[in-house]
Parts: sequence; C-alpha cells; structure tokens
Amino acid sequence: METKGTIIVDGITIPIENEKNVLELIRKADIELPTFCYHSNLSTYGACRLCISDVEGMGIQATCSLPPRDGMVVQTNTKEVRQIRKVNLELLLANHDISCPSCSRSNNCKLQDLTRRLGVDKIRFKKTDKVAPIDNHSWSIIHDPNKCVLCGDCVRVCKEIQSVGAIDFVGRGAKTTVAPAFLKSLNDVECVYCGQCVAVCPVGALVPKPETEQVWDAINDPDKYVVAQMAPAVRVALGEGFGMEAGSISTGHIVAALKRIGIDQVYDTSFAADLTVFEEATEFIQRKLKGEKLPQFTSCCPSWVKFTEQYYPELLPNLSTCKSPQQMFGSVAREILPKILGIRPDQLVIVSIMPCTAKKFEAKREEFIHDGIADVDHVLTTEGLGRMIHETGINFRKLTPESFDLPMGFKTGAGVIFGNTGGVSEAVLRFAYEKLTGEQLLQNDFKEVRGMEGIRTVAVELAGIKIKLGIAHGLANARALCEQIIAGKSDYDLIEVMSCPGGCIAGGGQPVSFEPNFREKRIAALYSVDKQLQLHKAQENPYVKELYQTTLGEIGSPKAHELLHTHYRGRKRITDQQITIRNTEHPKIEVCVCVGTNCFVKGSQELLRQLIKYVSDNKLSDIVGFEGQEEMVDVKATFCFERCDRGPVARVNQQVIEKASYDKVVAVLDKEIARIGSAINAMKV
Amino acid sequence: METLTKIDLQQVKESFNKAASRVHKRVVICAGTGCIANGALKVYEAFEKAVKEAGMDIFVELELDRHDDHKTIHLTGSGCQGFCAKGPLVNILPEETMYTKVKVEDVQEIVERSLLNDEVIERLLYVNPVDGTKSKGQTEIPFYKRQTRLVLGECGHVDPQSIHEYIAHNGYMAAEKAFLKMTPEEICNTMLESGLRGRGGGGFPAGRKWLLTLNQPGEKKYVICNGDEGDPGAFMDRSLMEGNPHRVLEGMMIAARAIGADEGYVYVRLEYPLAVQRMRRAIEDAMDAGVLGDDIFGSGHSMHIQVMEGAGAFVCGEETALMASIEGKRGMPNPKPPFPAQKGLFEKPTVINNVETLAAVPLIIRNGPSWFNVYGTERSKGTKTFALTGHVANTGLIEVPFGTTLREIVYNIGGGVTNDDGTVSGQVFKAVQIGGPSGGCLTEEDLDMPLDYDNLIAKGAMVGSGGLVVMNQQSCMVQIARFFMNFTQSESCGKCVPCREGTKQMLSLLDDIIEGRATDETFSLLEEVGNVVKKASLCGLGKTAPSPVLSTIVKFKKEYLQHIHDKKCATNNCKALSDISIDPEKCTGCTVCARKCPVGAISGDRKQVHVIDPEICTKCGVCNTVCKFDAIIGFN
Repeated sequence: METKGTIIVDGITIPIENEKNVLELIRKADIELPTFCYHSNLSTYGACRLCISDVEGMGIQATCSLPPRDGMVVQTNTKEVRQIRKVNLELLLANHDISCPSCSRSNNCKLQDLTRRLGVDKIRFKKTDKVAPIDNHSWSIIHDPNKCVLCGDCVRVCKEIQSVGAIDFVGRGAKTTVAPAFLKSLNDVECVYCGQCVAVCPVGALVPKPETEQVWDAINDPDKYVVAQMAPAVRVALGEGFGMEAGSISTGHIVAALKRIGIDQVYDTSFAADLTVFEEATEFIQRKLKGEKLPQFTSCCPSWVKFTEQYYPELLPNLSTCKSPQQMFGSVAREILPKILGIRPDQLVIVSIMPCTAKKFEAKREEFIHDGIADVDHVLTTEGLGRMIHETGINFRKLTPESFDLPMGFKTGAGVIFGNTGGVSEAVLRFAYEKLTGEQLLQNDFKEVRGMEGIRTVAVELAGIKIKLGIAHGLANARALCEQIIAGKSDYDLIEVMSCPGGCIAGGGQPVSFEPNFREKRIAALYSVDKQLQLHKAQENPYVKELYQTTLGEIGSPKAHELLHTHYRGRKRITDQQITIRNTEHPKIEVCVCVGTNCFVKGSQELLRQLIKYVSDNKLSDIVGFEGQEEMVDVKATFCFERCDRGPVARVNQQVIEKASYDKVVAVLDKEIARIGSAINAMKV
Repeated sequence: METLTKIDLQQVKESFNKAASRVHKRVVICAGTGCIANGALKVYEAFEKAVKEAGMDIFVELELDRHDDHKTIHLTGSGCQGFCAKGPLVNILPEETMYTKVKVEDVQEIVERSLLNDEVIERLLYVNPVDGTKSKGQTEIPFYKRQTRLVLGECGHVDPQSIHEYIAHNGYMAAEKAFLKMTPEEICNTMLESGLRGRGGGGFPAGRKWLLTLNQPGEKKYVICNGDEGDPGAFMDRSLMEGNPHRVLEGMMIAARAIGADEGYVYVRLEYPLAVQRMRRAIEDAMDAGVLGDDIFGSGHSMHIQVMEGAGAFVCGEETALMASIEGKRGMPNPKPPFPAQKGLFEKPTVINNVETLAAVPLIIRNGPSWFNVYGTERSKGTKTFALTGHVANTGLIEVPFGTTLREIVYNIGGGVTNDDGTVSGQVFKAVQIGGPSGGCLTEEDLDMPLDYDNLIAKGAMVGSGGLVVMNQQSCMVQIARFFMNFTQSESCGKCVPCREGTKQMLSLLDDIIEGRATDETFSLLEEVGNVVKKASLCGLGKTAPSPVLSTIVKFKKEYLQHIHDKKCATNNCKALSDISIDPEKCTGCTVCARKCPVGAISGDRKQVHVIDPEICTKCGVCNTVCKFDAIIGFN
C-alpha cells in the first residue's frame, strides 16, 4: 500500500496509509488507547477525551479527531496524559451509578475494564446523588440513564446506521441525558427495537429486557411443558460469554445446557426458516411471474417490518406476507406439538432464544396473539440465556453436546444461513433455482450475495427469468433502497433487509463484543455450520415436507396462510382514528377532511363546517338512486394524509383532493353522488 | 438575475448632508438597550409631543428633497452611546450638548430652553464624581475624551435605522471599493497587513482566516457574523448591531467578496430582540437601496444575508456549535480540524467572524491598513471595545487602542474604583476580571501592563469578548471564581467529559471552600481538575472555563487558604464562614431580631443587649435586615 509518510508513536515509526486519524495509527502500533465514543463505522464525536495524547508542537490532542501528518511525534503515556485520563475516568465514575455487582453488563463493561486498567482505585469527587427514572416500558430494551456515560454511541448508531434517530441528547451541561423526544419512553416512539444501541453501549445503560424469570417460572411449574426454539445466530455467539473465541460454534453445548436447565424439548428456529423459504420463495415466484407487488421485501426482521410500517406504509404491499421464522415456529408448534408430545395445548410454553431484542416486541404484536395466547410465550436473548446458564453453575464448556429434538429440530443449511446478511436471499435462490429450472442445483453456494457491503446488488438468471436481488443491512441502507423505489428508480425483484449490520449474528441480543471483526467471524461460522450439515436446500428438509403433507397441505394453502402468513399496518401517523361527526352506519360516500395542524392552519376546520352544512342542507334523497337515503353520505374529520405542503387535504371516497376548497370538494362530491346514483339506478333497471 | 439600478453613494451622501445642514437642531436620544430600560423611549415620545406643541416641524427621517427654510428639528434615536450608567442620554446638535439621566419631566424645559433659545441646562449635565466639575458634551467628559472610538465611532451618533445617514458617513463605500476595485487576494492581504485579529476571543488573524477560506476549492462558501454574545456583562456586539447595523453588514459583504461567498448569516442571540430587529431592518433597507442582493454595484457578484436567532445557549457562540445550530442540529461543538475554513456551514468553506471584527473591516478597506495598524501594539493592532462594569465610577462601553494600560481604563476612563456605596476612593482597587467566564484576574501589579492579546494570555487571562469587571477590596475572590464557574458549568453543552463533569465538580469543590467544608485536598483537587478541564476539553468554552478559578488561585492563593484553613472570609461575603454577633454598643434591646429569627437563635430581655447562639444560627441574615440600629456584625 502506498504510504503517505510516517508518524512516531512512543518511539515506534508507523507508516501512514489510509488512516483517518492518529488513533488508528496508534492502534496499528498495538497500543490499545482507551475510548468510549470512537467507532470506526460511526462519525467522529470526540467527547470522551480518553484517547488524548501529547503531540509534539500541538500539546494535548484527542487523537480520534486528529488527522495524521508526516513527521508527527506522538506520546501516548506521558505523566500529564496519564493524569488527564485518570481524572477523566474518575469524573465519569463520580457520575455513574456504580452498581456493578448487580449490573447485567458486569465483566463486559468498558468503564469497569478501564477503571481496572488505569488503576483508578479511588474516586475523590463527590458522587452524583440524582436518580433518573429507568425506562423499562418497551418489551425489548431497558434504558437506565444513571449508568450512561454520554458517549453518544447509541445516538449515532440509531441516527447514522439505522436512520431512525429515536434517541438524542436532551438537556445541557451536567443535566444532559440521552432520551427519546419529549422524554417519552422507547415504547412510545419510533424505536424499532433493533438493539444496535445496546450493542454499542460501553456500559449497562442500554440492555435487553430480561425475560429469564418468566422462563424460570415456566420451567418450575410442573404443569407446564416448556419447549425452546433457538435462532441460527445464537449458536455462533453464546460461547463468547463463556470465554470462547468470537465465531465459536457451540450448538450442541447450548442444546445440552437447555436440557439441563429444564427445557423439555429443544428445537431449531432454522426448521421454521426452511419452512419460510417454501412459502416466501413460492410467494416471490408467483409475484415475479405475475409481475405484481415487486420488489418483494423479506419480512423476517421485526425491526425492518416496524420501520416499513412507520416510514413507508405505501410499500407495505411489497413486504412478503410470510411471518418471520420465530412466529412460524410458534404457530406451527401450537398446532402440532400438543398431539406429538401428548400434552394439553394449554400446557405448552414456547420459549425463543434469539440474537435479537426486536423479537421480544414481535412476539407481543397483536397479530401473533390469539385468544390471549401468544404464539411465542417468552423471548430470551442470547446474552439472557447466557446469564441463565451462568446462574445454574453449569460448566458450559465441559458439557457433552446434544442434538435437537425432532421433528422441529431438523433443518438444512439454508435455514441456518438465515442469520447472515445475504442468507435469506441465498436460501431463496437455492429453492427458486430448482423450482424454476426443474434441475437439481449442484453448487449450493451463491457467493455473490454474501459480503459486508451495505447494499449489494446481484443479478441472476433462472430458466430465462432475470432476477435482480438487492441485499441491504443497516436500516439506513434499506431506507436508501426504499427511496429509490418511491422515486421509481428501482428495478429490483427481491430485496432482503436485515436491520443489524452483518445480519442477525450482530443483533442487539447477542453478547456485546468489542472485538473489531466479531461480525465477520460469526458470519464465517454460520457458513461453516451450513457446510457441516447434511442438507443445504430447504426443499430437501423431510420434516418440512412431512408438515405440508400432514398439516398444511399445499404451499400457500388456506391452512398455510392461516398459520404462516400475516398482515401489516401503517404506523406513520395517528391511523385508524377518524372523528365521526354524522352518525351514518353504512355510508356509500365518505368525505374526509384532514384536521391535522397544517391543514387546520390552512382553514380545514371551516371547510369541514361548510361541507357538513352542504350535506345537511341539500336533500340528497332527491337525487336518483338515493331516494330517502340522505344518510348515504358521511363526513368525517381525519388526521394527516401526509401531504401537508398541499393542504388542506380532503378525500371523497378514494379521491384525494389537494389544496381543497369548498367548491372543489363539492364538485367532486356531486360527481361521486351522480356516479353512484346512476350505478344504483342501473342496477334497478 | 435582475440587474439593479446602480446606487450612487456619493449622491446619496451629498443630498443627505444638504438636508442635514438645513436642520435647525438635531436631538439624538440614545436608544440602546440600557437607555431604553431607563425610559429613553418615553423621553423620545415626550420630545415628539413637546416639539410639535412648540410649533416646530419635526422629522424622524430626513427628507432629502425638501428645500424650504422652516425651522426644523431632527429627532432620532441612536445606538448605544456607551455611557450606560448615565442614561437616558440626550445629545443636542450642532452644539453637542449632552444631557444625562433625562426624564420625561425634563423634556419640556429642554425644548424651551435648549432647542428654542440655545441655553444649556446645567443640572442635566454630567458631573465628574471625582472633582464635581460639570462637562457640557462628550468632548469634555473624560470617559469619552480618553477613548479612541473607531469601531464604535458612528455608534451613538448616527440613526441606526437610516441607511442614508450611514452612507452620508461614507458607508458602503468600502464595499463598493472591494467589489469594483479590489481582487479577493488584495482584500485578504489588506486585512493581513492591517493586523486585525479576531475580536471574539481567540485572536486569530482575520486576513489569514479569509485567505485560507479563499484558497479552499468549491463554488459555495458562506460568511457568518457571530453575534451570539453571551459573556455575562459583555454587550459590545449588541451595541454595534443595535447602533450601527449597516457597518456590520458592510463588513460581511467585504468578507464575502474576499472569499467568494454569496450567502451569509448573522447569528444573533434570542435575548437581543432589538439587535435582531435592527439587523433585519438594515438588510431590508440595503436590499431596497440596491447595495445588497444580486449584482452588487454592477459587479456581477451577489450577496444575500439572513438573520438567524440563537435559542439561548452560551455554547452556540463557539463557531462549530453555532454552525450546527444554523443547520438545525443540537448546538454542540465538533472537533477541529476540519476548521470552518475547510468544512464549515453545511460542510462548505465558511468564514465566521465576530461582530466587532466585521465592523472594523469597512474602516480598514476605506482608510487603508496603515491607518488601522498605527493603533495598538506590535502584535495586537487597532482598538478594542470593552464593557466596563463593576466597582467603577463610569460604567459603560468603551473603546481603546491595544496597549492601553489597565490604570488608564480604570482610573481615567472609568473615573476610579468605587466602594460598595458608590463613592470613589483611591485605595480600594483589588482586581479586574477580564475576558468574562473565559478570562482571568489582573491585580495591582498588572495595572501598568499594556493590554493586548499576548500579554493577557501570559497572565492567565484573555481579551475574550472584552468584559472588564472592576472589583474593590470588599470583593471575595473565591465568590468571584464561583460566580463564573457556576455560569460555565450551567452553560456547558454536556458533550465532552472534562467540561461536563469537571466544571460540575469544580463548582462543588468551590462550594466546599465557601461553605467551610474544605481541606487541603479540596484545594489541590480543584487545581488538578481545573488543569485537566483546561487541557482536555473539546472546545474553547471548556478549555477556558477553569481560567477564573486557576487565575484567582495564582493571584489570591492566600485568600483561598484563609477560607480553607481559618474558615474565614476576610471580605465577609461567604455567609457560612462569617461570625455573626450583635454589637453591644449599638444594640438597644428592642427584641425585633429575637422575634424575627426563624430558628430562635437570638435571646435577650427587653432593653438588654441581645446575643446570638452560633450553634443554632443558620446565618440567614434576617436579623441584619430587621435591625434598625445596624447592630448585627458579620454581614457584608
């Protein structure tokens, strides 16, 4: 690589290559300068001031925000630098709720680690005595501002990587906190529960919401029969909590541990992932052949689903109607397991072990709760299960590996790679290839869909059908694709979205890793699990095929739809809330006027008043077809149509009227009355 | 692009001067914020009424094309005239008689005697507190006489709302020169040669900043005028924006021409509504007159300026935070580099200068760099405005050349140090806090040091934005340090650890000292954390936040140690350290204090000397307030 000069770090000469800053060069010299707020994939923030060093001619500098220059001489551990670093840490500790023994991040906490490393053994400053309320209202994430060191990593990951921006800094000076707008709970805002904030939090300020106690209760209840499903990504990460290398595969150990803990049957979510491939690939082939609702979006990722519901409700028809593997597992298990296991349906408790915080939210969605019974009862994160195992004292690494239970513990490699970015696409391709060409797929790997590029585009041709795939991970990348679609500049057929960079393997429920390449290592591990398995194509899964024969019938059958598919709802603004003014039961014509702030300011209230008067004053019963049916027209006040710049906005049945005036709306209304009137009249004739 | 009719500045100037020469008398009422607070607007209205009743014609705007000989009065407001302590100020021209502390009741008399009959009303003249002599006008008053008012020059004389009057004072002629007769490089070099350094605190040479920005690639560049003046007690930027807004605009236009910008922002803090209003009016008038907008002076260049109001955060005076604020983001500083010259507003090269810096620019372009750099010292050229406040006879806004001594400012311009009761006394000077919350203290030994950027830095202080607070012997320096610390810690943006947490802890340590809980460790920790905040903070606010503490620690170490070791505050400002007792000589035994004491710490029979039980006393001070005989000892 071409060098752009050198810098001297503590006497060691380091060549400058493409490093953005001096900190990266210092780390190249194998000096691990401490940082809280520096992440190479996020913007430079420069706030923790721990990476400071003495730069000749420049004095004390934060190296994270200092561009390297040829000939720079840097000292990273002078007396002054060490003192500043220690005082900084001491200041942070004075403002930190030091409840280490009871903190779930104990032993994996940067603040704790640095305190030990820098030898800070006393806090000379006055401890903060304020106690801020803890937000534990969401199903997924607990936010404890008392432990926050205000490094802003969560704020930047949410804004820059996920383009959500659910949290930001609030308040000034020592009163600064991280919180959603108006200090609301994460439960009430745009948070998609992806947990990437949890994954970057250096301390215990953002942690997954535990459900371990609920699981223990179920295990301890003699009347309950507890089964577990484990997501693919769990097997390549859980070991990290037990001192194993990133990317170590510990599938059999986990199954054994679950059995020891008292889980009655242990199944694999990859089974449901194979099932998802059947349904989703078939759905895709049908859409592609019909040329409708393309591109099809994958729907496995609950954060991505909520993201679409919030920001792109107009693209909801593009989402695959397939439930996620977790939810497919849940509904199928409820359907078949009681009989197989010989238990009463109400005895069955289904626990998921997921790499994900959003799966907790997903399990509680109303679409997946029937008659008060959730398809999935409890969702443990990988780190949550890790804590349960630690609690039991089981020596995880010494366990004899065990295998999953049948039938729902059997999977192919296709269902396993679901945990990697590109994995769902690859699994679908392995299915679609054989389905469309009628030939056997010999080379299973579609390596072109793999990788870490934020957006990857892959074109394949199967039996003369050209298919363009898009793969995005990180919601900011997904947003970019959505914008292309809306602008009409997209010709993708299938788009796979995983919210977390790298895919589920780097989900918010995984053990937090500070290792630079932990994503790549876990990804490689999942691909090697695929390699080690006997079967690699979902369509080869005998137990899934059996499920179709015994229970589901054909792919896409009504039973399959009942159990495996769902629907979504727009969440962009206050929806489904209309203010009924005239009390009509079955109106033929619905007139809606937006009374959101913007339209209100532009006079929609007055427009609404005039329209109500028009409908009341004019004897609509005189119109042909409407005899005696004045009630056929209803006028409602509604909320935002998302066209605020063109307000006031009104709607007459399906026809939206921008910059609506009384005359405009009445003209459209009259036309509609005439149209429906004549239609009714025609029917009479 | 619409081509505007080229404005003929010379012609505007001539017709304004002709019209002005026909005016019988001009009454200039200071309408700066200080005088307005003291009732200047009511005085203005009273003048309008009284002049009309006296049968004279009154104009608030000169009618340039009026040619009759009728006796007319030209009544205008002006920007801050600087002598805020004596407001409302009324100047009568052409005599230049200045009346101080004018009330509505005085107006009738002024109209009758001074406007109609050329008499001087003695009782309204300025009285020198030192020797009791009266001065007729600004030229005779030492406060003004000893200043060098270049930047503030027209401020207080011209009507800030009249673009014509500004032009009559050679306004916009420098901009015309810059747009038509100078190249960008020539402008930058002129600024370099003038030696003008940033007046906002940092003291970076303006010319170098401009050259850096000029040399950046890219079509789009911005000019920002930083008017987010937030130092407690500082108001020079406000006075300039209120008193001579066109000069600021002209400075921005020249900067834009120098770097190739076509868009600019004036960032004014929300708490300066009058400055916002005046700047907006000035922009409108300049657009209407054709000096601002597209194709300026027929040069083909454009410049559009907007006023942006800050939302009240002190840190937004820091340039990167200010730009974040304009972009609609949270006002937090960002690491430099990249500097604004490289990546500024909306990631484009940006020149950001303080109001006072920009106001000096037209003068330098018009008169040449050597006119400007004769003032000042070797490395600090020109003049600097200071907001002179505290224990000094003449408080207000002043302008002096760099190199002026503190002694000159405090004793000659300021009229001497005052006691707490306001009387001037020769022996009571203790210190000067210069540079606001970022600055430090100067003492007796520094009185004869020439003030400039480098000398002040060497003394642990800084020019800063130019706040200058004089303190007498009755001031507690620990309390002064705490005052500024309290300010900076509550204004810290909360981004970097040293500033957010460090200033909070420093304040807490100062409280320990003031409230008698401190030990030697408190003192050394205060110094240690102060140095960490100074060296490790992200932005200028944090880096300078400990200055008032560190500089008082150096200069007044004994005073700190007295608080810590002896639990005594020599000036009796620290309530918790004061011994409260009742003077037996003065106590009449009226029992009021005993009855009012909320904790029952005072005992004593009627007509007997009362006593305070120090164990019970909370030093709340109620006894001191209610005692009619001044018998309570221990409160300042």
